[in-house]
Amino acid sequence: MGVTEPAHRLELRGITKRYPGITANDGISLAVGPGEIHAVLGENGAGKSTLMKIIYGAVEADAGEILWNGAPVTIGNPAVARRLGIGMVYQHFSLFESVTVVENIAVATAGKLDLPMLSARVRELSQRYGLPVDPNRLLHHLSVGERQRVEIIRCLLQDPKLLILDEPTSVLTPQAVRRLFEVLRTLAAEGCSILYISHKLDEIQELCDSATILRLGRVVGTASPKQSSAAELARLMVGSALPHIHREPVATTREPRLEAIGLSAKSEDPFGTDLVNVSLAVHGGEIFGIAGVSGNGQGELLSLLSGERTAQADMVQLDGKPVGDRAVSARRTQGLAFVPEERLGRGAVPAMSLADNALLTAHADGMVRRGLIDRRKVAGFAEAVIGKFGVKCTGPASTARSLSGGNLQKFIIGREISLKPHVLIVSQPTWGVDVAASAFIRQALIDLSRQGAAVLVISEELEELFQICDRIAVIYQGRLSPAKPRAATNVEEVGLLMAGVGPAFRPAA
Amino acid sequence: MIRIVLEPRPAPLPFMWIGAPLIALALTVIFSSILFLALGLNPLTTLRIFFIDPLSTLNGISEWLLKASPLILIGLGIAVGIRANVWNIGAEGMFTMGAILAGWLAITFGAGNYPWLLPAMIVAGAVGGMAWAAIPAFLKVKANANEILVTLMLNYVASLILSYLVNGPMQDPQGMNYPQTAPFEPSALFPPLFEGMRINASILITVVAVVLAWLFLDRSFVGFQMSVGGAAPAAARYAGFKQSRSIWIGLLVSGATAGLAGMMEAAGPLGQLTPVLSPGYGFTAIIVAFVGRLTPLGVVFGGLLLSLLYLGGEAVQMSLSLPASLTRTFQGMLLFFLLAADVLILYRVRIRRRA
Repeated sequence: MGVTEPAHRLELRGITKRYPGITANDGISLAVGPGEIHAVLGENGAGKSTLMKIIYGAVEADAGEILWNGAPVTIGNPAVARRLGIGMVYQHFSLFESVTVVENIAVATAGKLDLPMLSARVRELSQRYGLPVDPNRLLHHLSVGERQRVEIIRCLLQDPKLLILDEPTSVLTPQAVRRLFEVLRTLAAEGCSILYISHKLDEIQELCDSATILRLGRVVGTASPKQSSAAELARLMVGSALPHIHREPVATTREPRLEAIGLSAKSEDPFGTDLVNVSLAVHGGEIFGIAGVSGNGQGELLSLLSGERTAQADMVQLDGKPVGDRAVSARRTQGLAFVPEERLGRGAVPAMSLADNALLTAHADGMVRRGLIDRRKVAGFAEAVIGKFGVKCTGPASTARSLSGGNLQKFIIGREISLKPHVLIVSQPTWGVDVAASAFIRQALIDLSRQGAAVLVISEELEELFQICDRIAVIYQGRLSPAKPRAATNVEEVGLLMAGVGPAFRPAA
Repeated sequence: MIRIVLEPRPAPLPFMWIGAPLIALALTVIFSSILFLALGLNPLTTLRIFFIDPLSTLNGISEWLLKASPLILIGLGIAVGIRANVWNIGAEGMFTMGAILAGWLAITFGAGNYPWLLPAMIVAGAVGGMAWAAIPAFLKVKANANEILVTLMLNYVASLILSYLVNGPMQDPQGMNYPQTAPFEPSALFPPLFEGMRINASILITVVAVVLAWLFLDRSFVGFQMSVGGAAPAAARYAGFKQSRSIWIGLLVSGATAGLAGMMEAAGPLGQLTPVLSPGYGFTAIIVAFVGRLTPLGVVFGGLLLSLLYLGGEAVQMSLSLPASLTRTFQGMLLFFLLAADVLILYRVRIRRRA
């Protein structure tokens, strides 16, 4: 090792990437030293993911230079990146459900296939870094946290000099986040550089040595997160002070407006989660939150509540009337509205105009007469939603797919709220939505509940649930914990429940 | 190294929805000219014989509309189907079944000179096509069977049934053992619109169908629900629209139009059933639907264009003794260039240099 270490492990100079109609990265420069934990902070759409894909060779930059240990390199594809010593843990895992951990790792490993030897190495790494994983377990038995460990071990096997993690905590419980941070600190202490992508300020302040802040594809500042206040970082990231959310006190109806009673159902997906005896009651005037790591039965619960799947009649009740066996349209007639997690393709038809997408669920609002569509009424409704909810678009004729995620979500939520529902169910209301739009959406949900509607929010973001919900329950492996008033619980307790720790989740004898 | 990549456009080019078929037509003309040159023909003369001469007489225009009418009618049904994401490749078979059912009425009741016979045959044509379309619809809804394969294979079944009937139970007893039915009586035929021309009253059915298809696709809520089911099944489920209904409507509408077209052909220019009823209308109508951008008005233009290709193909066969397959080559080129031009609406080509 006679070569002197250069000051920077990785240096980017003027990286630019243009997509049609948008410059995702505009002259971005940053440098990461050996053993440094460097945050890339920015809102959704700030260009973080594109930048990481460029470093990992999955996307090609239009301009700019990448220096690796001081020498310019061209990273044409991920194999080149891996050979240099760059590892990446994606936000959405790329693992196969039906095979074992070690087989999943073997697929991505170069060289001769030697499963026993690979298993031994996996065990060794998992012990050394405190990443407990059994190499011989089938992947679909693993929790999301365990899957992430598999991804990380897969990277560690390549002995990386730089590890990129893209929003790694969005799927973890607070406790698991802490364990992940310990692993990352150990790695950094051994000299591995870490690029940590996130929009969560508290995490970055806790973990990172330095930060590059992106907004709209440009570097808007650098900071040392431990010395900066969260408000400063937020202002850099958002470009303005964080919006404030008003929450008036609750006055709930006596009778619940939405009830699930002993709701059980087998999942239609072979790797899905069965619902076991889920009961909940949401009263008019309140927001009821369901926390949980994704894949614990949220999808199943939502489709049973919305009517996309049916169950026994009395398992789901709207304003006291059994609707469990009724289809979507019957429940909507009874005042139910629903905002699904997937905006494009479920909440909206991508290729259709906003007007047609208004018609999708608002058709009962006098838009159809004698089987024919009243186009003027439809456009008027869409226009009203666009105006009232500040949807940025060219008008009701814009296609749904031409809108940004946040604007489309504002449109969908606006459409459902404009139907004046008695009960509104929302899944991941602000997933992938920028800070300003998130605040707007959260305020709209609070306002709706205070007008007497029952609002049920399912979210993976604890921060969001604690901000808007009046009561919070946790879903874990298809079971729901009893709901607690927000003031009577805290992030710590909810986090433990999300990991399945608690009397509610002990299997019934 | 130079790479050519396709990048999605932020928004599709608006004028290209009309421009693409025109570009495709222009490219077809250019490449067919090259083909003619290679065959030692003057491209200008050949193109004139192909595209202009057929329309230079009133009788030519009558023939043009007579062929365009079934193409438009079937194309409307196929366009409705594709909006529901149902790919009906079996219009040829539905055409045949419509003609068979109507033909059976014509032969059985033709001698009675009943005034209700022709209307009953119209209904029978639609019913025959719908019955044939119900098979793939049922199999798709119940067993998720691929409708492309089922409809395609049913074409052969229909054609064999027709062959059996005209060689057996429905054969003309006075027909010197030719494989065909007896000629239909006048009460079972569409009256001609003009003296001495083959264009007949059945074209009014097509005109009505164009208006109905426009109402259905553009204005009706059922049509909207069906389009949602075709474009985004999860959104249809979310909104509470029944996916199976989209499939049934998509196939039954295309079955009805194809069956009607078959009946119109049998009770029009053919005047009887023969082993081969259609010069490939059911397949050509797929091109018509795409050239017409799946809109009723577009389908009218597409049908007129493809009908002209048929006539032009016959004309160059007769006057230049070129092979009959030339029509098919033309159709193929047109569809190929259209699909290629469509790519350019949604994507743009970028050339990249790489070290």
